[in-house]
Amino acid sequence: MNPMPASYLWFIPLLPFSGFLINGTLGRRLPRAVVGTVALLFTALPAALVAWLWMTMCAAGAPTSIESVFRPYGHEWIAITGFHADFAFTVDHLTLIMLGVVTGVGFLIHIYSVGYMAHEEGYWRFFAYLNLFMFFMSVLVLAANFLLLFVGWEGVGLCSYLLIGFYFKKTSAANAGKKAFVVNRIGDFGFLLAMFLLVAHFGSLSFTQVFSTIAQNPQWQQQGAHFLPTICLLLLLGAAGKSAQIPLYIWLPDAMEGPTPVSALIHAATMVTAGVYMVARCHVLFDSSPLALTVVACIGAATAIFAASIGMVQHDIKRVLAYSTISQLGYMFLACGVGAYAAGIFHLLTHSFFKALLFLAAGSVIHALSGEQDMRKMGGLRTRTPITFWTMSAGVFAIAGIPPFSGFFSKDEILYRTFTSPNPLHIVLWLAGLLTAGMTSFYMFRLWFKTFFGEPRADPHANAHHSIHESSWIMLLPLVVLALLSVAGGWIGIPAALGGNNGIERFLGPIFANGATGEAVALTTGHGLELALAVVSVLVALAGFYIAYVFYYEKPGTATTLAERNRRTYDLVKNKYWVDEFYNAFLITPLLMFTRGILELVFERGVVDGSGKAAGATTRGMAWLTRKQISGNIRSYAGWLAIGAAAVIAVMLFGNSLWGHL
Amino acid sequence: MVPTTYNLVPTAYYLILAAMLFSIGIAAFLIKRNVITIFISIELMLNAVNLTFVAFAHMWHQVSGQIFVFFVMVVAAAEAAVGLAIILSIFRTRETLNVDEIDLMKS
Repeated sequence: MNPMPASYLWFIPLLPFSGFLINGTLGRRLPRAVVGTVALLFTALPAALVAWLWMTMCAAGAPTSIESVFRPYGHEWIAITGFHADFAFTVDHLTLIMLGVVTGVGFLIHIYSVGYMAHEEGYWRFFAYLNLFMFFMSVLVLAANFLLLFVGWEGVGLCSYLLIGFYFKKTSAANAGKKAFVVNRIGDFGFLLAMFLLVAHFGSLSFTQVFSTIAQNPQWQQQGAHFLPTICLLLLLGAAGKSAQIPLYIWLPDAMEGPTPVSALIHAATMVTAGVYMVARCHVLFDSSPLALTVVACIGAATAIFAASIGMVQHDIKRVLAYSTISQLGYMFLACGVGAYAAGIFHLLTHSFFKALLFLAAGSVIHALSGEQDMRKMGGLRTRTPITFWTMSAGVFAIAGIPPFSGFFSKDEILYRTFTSPNPLHIVLWLAGLLTAGMTSFYMFRLWFKTFFGEPRADPHANAHHSIHESSWIMLLPLVVLALLSVAGGWIGIPAALGGNNGIERFLGPIFANGATGEAVALTTGHGLELALAVVSVLVALAGFYIAYVFYYEKPGTATTLAERNRRTYDLVKNKYWVDEFYNAFLITPLLMFTRGILELVFERGVVDGSGKAAGATTRGMAWLTRKQISGNIRSYAGWLAIGAAAVIAVMLFGNSLWGHL
Repeated sequence: MVPTTYNLVPTAYYLILAAMLFSIGIAAFLIKRNVITIFISIELMLNAVNLTFVAFAHMWHQVSGQIFVFFVMVVAAAEAAVGLAIILSIFRTRETLNVDEIDLMKS
C-alpha cells in the first residue's frame, strides 16, 4: 500500500469536527438513525486513516516521525518578535499508539453509544459532543508544540465538562461538571505557567526545539539550572489535574454522573491519560530533573494506593471503576517517574482496553437493571446476561493482573522497572505498587462476585416493569472486541524473561532512547529477578482474588463484620478520607468568604456598582439643576442671565489674579 | 489751541453713572412684574451702555463709539415697536401684564 501523505494528517481531527458541525447544527431536526450514522462515519474514517498511518510508519525504511505544518500563504500561526508557533502536527511512534487508542477505542465506544443512548433525550447533542471530543483529543495527541497541545487539552476539558453535565437537569450532574472544570483549571494554570517559562527560557514551544536545546546544554543539569525542575513540576500540576492525580483527583469520581460511554471514553481510556502522554512526551524535560521525576513517582504511587483503598469500599459500580481508574493512572505516573516511559505507555494502552471494556460492561449491567448502579442490589447476573458476564470477566482478570491477560504484562513491567530503578525510594515505591496490585485484584473481584454471583438482590419493585435483559447486539459487539483486546493486548509487550521480545519497548525505543531500556536493566540484574517479581505480583493478585472470594462468595457476611469491628477505619475509607470535606473546609469556604466578603461587598458593590451609581447621581443632579432653570418664568430666566453675566464679569476681573496665584 | 473746558469731568464719572443706571435697569428688570416697566428697564440698560460708548469715544477721540450709539438707538426703536406689539397682543388675549402669569414657555 502507498504511504500516507503527511497532509492527510489533517483529516484525522477534521473529520470528527465536521461530524460535530453536522450533528451540532442540524442534528436536532435529523432522525436518530441519521445522527448515529453521521457520528459513526466521521469516527470510522479517522480510524481507517490511522490504520493506514500505522502501515505507513511501520513499513521498512519509514521515517521515525512525520510532520505536517499548516501555513496558509506562508503565514505562521503566531509570529511575534522573539516567539513563533506553528500550527503543526507531528506523528511518531508514541503519537501512533495514542492515535490508535483514541480513534480505535473511540470508534468502538461510539458504536456502543448508539445502542446505549437509543432511548435518551438529546441524542444528537450527545453525539455532537462526542465527535467534538474526538476532534480535540486528536489535536492533543497530534500537536507538534506545547501551544497546540494546550488547545486540545482545553478542548477535551470542555467536552468533558459538557458530557459530565449531559443530564444537566440533574443538579448533581451539573455540579459534577462544574467541579471537573474548576479542578482542571487549577491544573491548567500550572500548564500555562510552564509554557510561559518555556517561552522565557527557550524562546519556543516546539517540542523538537525545546528538547534539542536541552540536549545541547548538558551543563544545565550539572549546574542545577533551577528552571528545569520548576517547569517540570508545573507541567506535573497540569498533568495531575487532567489525569486525576493527588491532589487534584477529586473530580473524577464525581464525573461518573455522565452517561456511561462518556465515562468509558473520556474518563477511562483517553482524556485522563493525556497527562501521562504529556509527561511521556516531555520525557527529555523530566529526565533532566531527578527531583521532578521523584515527585512524579511518589505522586503516582501515593495516588495508586490511596485510590485503590477507597475503591475497596465503594458500593456504586461506576465509582469503584472510577477509583480504579485513578489508581491505574497512578501506576502510569509511577512508571514515568522511574523513567520507564515505555512501560507507562504500555499500561496506558492495555488500561484503555480493559477499563473501557469494564465501563461499557458496567453500562450494560446498569442497562440490564434499568439504571441501578448500587452493587448491593445486584447479584446473580451471570446467567441472565451471559455475554456481558464473559466480556467483563476478561476485563476483571486483565486489570487484576492474572496472566496471560493484558494487564499482567504492563503492570508487571512497571513493578519490575520500579524495583530496579536507581531511585533511592525504589523499594518503597515498589511495595506501594505491589500492595495496590493486591487491592486492585480484591476490589475488582469484589465487584465481579457482587454483580454476577450469588442471589439476585435487585429491588422486586424495580423489576416489576422491566425484566432483567441482555443488551442489544450493537452494545455487545464493542464489548466482545474490547474483551479480545483485553486478553491479547498485552502480548505485544511480553518481556524477554517470559520468552517474548519486549515489542512495545522496541517500538517506542527511538522516542525514549535516552532512558535506560528494560533489556539493559535485565542484562545487569538477570532474568531471574524479573521472574521472581512476576511470581510475587501474581501471588498478590491471587491473594486479592481469594480474599474477595471468601468475603463475597463463600461467606458473604465476613466483610460486614470486619467493617463493624474496625468501624473507625472503615468510616474513614468509606468517606474517602474526608478529602472532599477537607477541601471544602480549608479551601472552598475561605475562598467563598473572601469572594463574598471582600470581592462582592467591597469591589463589586463598592467600586463597580458604586462608580456606576455615582455617575448616575451626578448626571441626575446636573439634570435637576438645568430643569430648575427652565421654569417658564421670564423673571427667573432674567435672574439666571444676570447671574451668568455677573459670573463672566467676575472671572474677567478677578480670574486672572486668582489663577495667577494657583 | 484753547484747552477744552469740558475735559474737566473725568471719564470715570460717566462710567460710574452708566454703571448705576445699568444696575438700576437690571434690578428693575428682575423685580418688577409689569411688562411695560420691564420694557422701560431694558431701555434704561441700553441707554446706560450708550453712555459708556459716548464716554469712551470722547476719551479716545474716536468716532466709532458714537456710531455704535446710533446703531443701538435704531435697534432699540425697532425692538420697542416689535415688543410693544407683542405686549399689546398678549394683553388682548390674557388681559394681564403680569409676567409671572405669562409662563407658557415652561417645558
